[in-house]
Amino acid sequence: MKKFLTSALVRGLLWQAIGWLLGALFVTGIRFLMGMNPFDQFFFTEPAWVFGALVGAISFVAGTGAMSDWFKWAKGEETPEHREDPPGWEKYLNVSLDHKVIGIQYTVTALILMCIGGVFAMIFRTELAHSGLQILTLQEYNTFMSLHGIVMIVGILVGVAGVMNYLVPMMIGADDMSFPRLNAFSFWVVPPAAILLLSTLALGGFDTGWTGYPPLSARAPVGMQMFFMGVAVAGWSSILGGLNLIATVLRMRTKGMTAFRMPIFIWAAIATSIITLTATQLIGLAFQMVMFQRLLGMGFFDPAKGGNPILFQHLFWFYSHPAVYVFVLPGLGLISELMPVFVRKPLFGYRFVAMSSLGIALVGFLVWAHHMFTSGMNEYLRVPFMYSTLLVAVPTGVKFFSWVATLWKGKVETPTPMLFVVGGIVVFLLGGLSGPPNATVATDLHLHDTYWIVGHFHDTMFGGYVFPFFAAIYYWFPKATGKRMNETLGKIHFWLMTPAFLTLTLLMMRVGLLGMRRRVADYDPALGFDNYHLIMTIAGYLIAISIAIFLYNLYMSLKHGETATGNVWNSRSPEWQVPSPMPVHNYDIPFEVVGEPYDYGLPGSVYVRFADGGQSTKH
Amino acid sequence: MRHFVIVGVLVIIVFLATYFGLTALKLMPVEASAQSIVVDWMWNLDFVVMCFLFALIIVPLVYGLIVFRRKKGDTSDGEYIEGNTKLEITWTVIPLITVLVFAYLGAYSLGETMAVDPNALEISVTARQWSWQFDYPEGFTSNELHLPVNRQVVLNMTSLDVIHAFWVPQFRIRQDILPGRVTNYRITPILIGNYTVMCSQLCGTSHSYMTAPVIVTSQADYDAWVQSQVTAAQAAAAAGGPANGKLLVSKYGCLGCHSTDGSKLVGPTWQGLYQSQVKLSDGRTVTADQAYLVESIVSPSAKVVNGFPDNVMPKTFGTVLTQSQINDIVSYIETLK
Repeated sequence: MKKFLTSALVRGLLWQAIGWLLGALFVTGIRFLMGMNPFDQFFFTEPAWVFGALVGAISFVAGTGAMSDWFKWAKGEETPEHREDPPGWEKYLNVSLDHKVIGIQYTVTALILMCIGGVFAMIFRTELAHSGLQILTLQEYNTFMSLHGIVMIVGILVGVAGVMNYLVPMMIGADDMSFPRLNAFSFWVVPPAAILLLSTLALGGFDTGWTGYPPLSARAPVGMQMFFMGVAVAGWSSILGGLNLIATVLRMRTKGMTAFRMPIFIWAAIATSIITLTATQLIGLAFQMVMFQRLLGMGFFDPAKGGNPILFQHLFWFYSHPAVYVFVLPGLGLISELMPVFVRKPLFGYRFVAMSSLGIALVGFLVWAHHMFTSGMNEYLRVPFMYSTLLVAVPTGVKFFSWVATLWKGKVETPTPMLFVVGGIVVFLLGGLSGPPNATVATDLHLHDTYWIVGHFHDTMFGGYVFPFFAAIYYWFPKATGKRMNETLGKIHFWLMTPAFLTLTLLMMRVGLLGMRRRVADYDPALGFDNYHLIMTIAGYLIAISIAIFLYNLYMSLKHGETATGNVWNSRSPEWQVPSPMPVHNYDIPFEVVGEPYDYGLPGSVYVRFADGGQSTKH
Repeated sequence: MRHFVIVGVLVIIVFLATYFGLTALKLMPVEASAQSIVVDWMWNLDFVVMCFLFALIIVPLVYGLIVFRRKKGDTSDGEYIEGNTKLEITWTVIPLITVLVFAYLGAYSLGETMAVDPNALEISVTARQWSWQFDYPEGFTSNELHLPVNRQVVLNMTSLDVIHAFWVPQFRIRQDILPGRVTNYRITPILIGNYTVMCSQLCGTSHSYMTAPVIVTSQADYDAWVQSQVTAAQAAAAAGGPANGKLLVSKYGCLGCHSTDGSKLVGPTWQGLYQSQVKLSDGRTVTADQAYLVESIVSPSAKVVNGFPDNVMPKTFGTVLTQSQINDIVSYIETLK
């Protein structure tokens, strides 16, 4: 208990509260001295809340000690290159520089955030089970709906960071990331960002959806500002994490690991990091401009002051469209990574798959305005954006064809991770196929802002990242813990979640085509959607139950799981050639890459050779 | 080879079953505008390709999972196939050509939906949180949209506050409505019937309820309705007083936020309001006399009622309404005991 109370997490929370209070009092004091109204509806005034939130977030990170080495360097003090972590669970609540610890910290945070986002979804899904208002007010509905969106998005971003942090250094034979302290900093800004997002609930909520379009967001309660601030702070994590990852892959690959001998997941991680490093700033900028419009009266998006609400949408989607590729590229990379292991065949067309990740990332920068076909932007712009959007289908198609060709004539096994790989392909296929009608502008005029779109992007998000994320957790759990997850519970999780999820999203598409708008708390019973919504709500609860089973499995396997220290999946990847759990600084004996990563089925082939003469497991 | 033949046959069967099976479910609402026919034509082309690609991926995937599953006790690896450059180029180039064709078709169908008829009927639409107002060229205002069948109509739309969007599912077209700007919505109704326009851009708490009737009638019925509206508006304006006030509050959307039966909406109810004691958000209590009611219409932020949000009601009614119209509205509110 004492270890918990003195942990960096608890210290950080305490410092965030103190910083928030001091920042708010500072502004309140100035307002008082200037003769302005010092207090308001939510006790402090809006500027006081916002400044306090910023000070609080920085105080959290400083309070954890994630920046203390930098402070010492600034004072001219030396610090040790490595910091030894304590052996038990408490290292996960404290600042660690080990990429594996940080990866697990990220992953657990992601699971917590996604569970919170899921609870929000269940609350408003229950409301939607029947027309009319049952359990929520309109403002509560909008707040839960908006928070579900942003908490899930941040949750997935954090989950992506978790998997990349854990895997990339191990896969390329590095002992850690390029900048371990920056890596720790990137993680420790996430908890205060999450708290900022959740604090919207106490400050009047916000009714704009996660897109926060002005002028609506310029009129929402103070909670809106906490949403903007939370996203901005979480953005620091993405930008710095992307920078760190690119530097790591460019500089720290082991001998012999040339570009086309990297595990395919590394290509996906690079493509994703290019996006997070270069696009995240735009959403931060867009949100900051609305913050300033509210706080300082700068009318960027206020037509009465000559501003333009459409400008916000351009800035917002310039990040927020590529952001979906930040989610799906690592997920698709995981599918490509795991598939060869379970079908015992090389990845079909490695180079095309690798290039398709970069292709999606680059084309993804040129498609943002397809979210704005009905927005009132210049009408002729819709055609070039339709061309660029449809082009994304080409590299995405390459991935699907390659997966099917990889499976062809393999020796297919379907333990839990492979089930989630296949489930991910099927669900992402539905997400992908429901995309083109949104791109061909004429059809989008009907589909935009309906439940069709809701179904479409839930399929891309779940198939593109959530299913692969589960596959990755089941697959690398033994690497992280030395224990195996329960196979039976894993299969129940899969067979409960997948049909329920398909039912949910296909019905979303069905009602969307027939005239169900997005983001409505209530719908006209005359539309005849009551039964569809009831089935969707039941499907939602089945998904929630399957997640509960997954969490139980995680806990039980950690406590009582079957010991698994060896190469449990018979993989060629370097991290599986050393015992689990992974040693603290990864490879005690360095290795060299001497072959292709996925040459399953080629007798005598070797991927990595360790300096002591040991080599990749024979096949 | 045997595998390819079986998969090829199955792909065709699954493709046809998916396409015809799902199409038989009637995926779209009825086509009530000329534009909806173009949109559905494009949708159908998309849907053919979607169903084909679905079959093309799902069939070999499921077939492979079943036929190539590992037999018990078999520990050998699969066949060593690294790739096939010709095949990979094929499945890059064919989709590339397909998407270019579809982009062309998409642009073509978009152009068709935007075709302009110079004789189109023009109606002004004003959207606000959370009501619709339709201003007809004959000089009257309505909160129902009546349209004659088989004549193109262009709606010149603007918003008084946040972004809204005009969507009638049966018309298939959607357009956002922006504050400080006019956007156009152009359709040709082709089917007589009653529809609903729904705001489809999240516009705040009561977004769900921002709907209005859209009534497509024959030209004769439309003309008769226009005539009756013109007559009613003239009569009410001539009579003035509560009768005109009642007409105005419904036309200007006041009832979206203010009830007349005591129920609490976004704004305070009007029932029993006149001459009552009103508690304000700054702690004062005032009497709701005629001067208070006029002030609350013209500058709603001057006195905000306790428990209700500021900055929701448009501050433009002082210029939108004439002084006598405001007096008529106040006289109507005075009758709500």
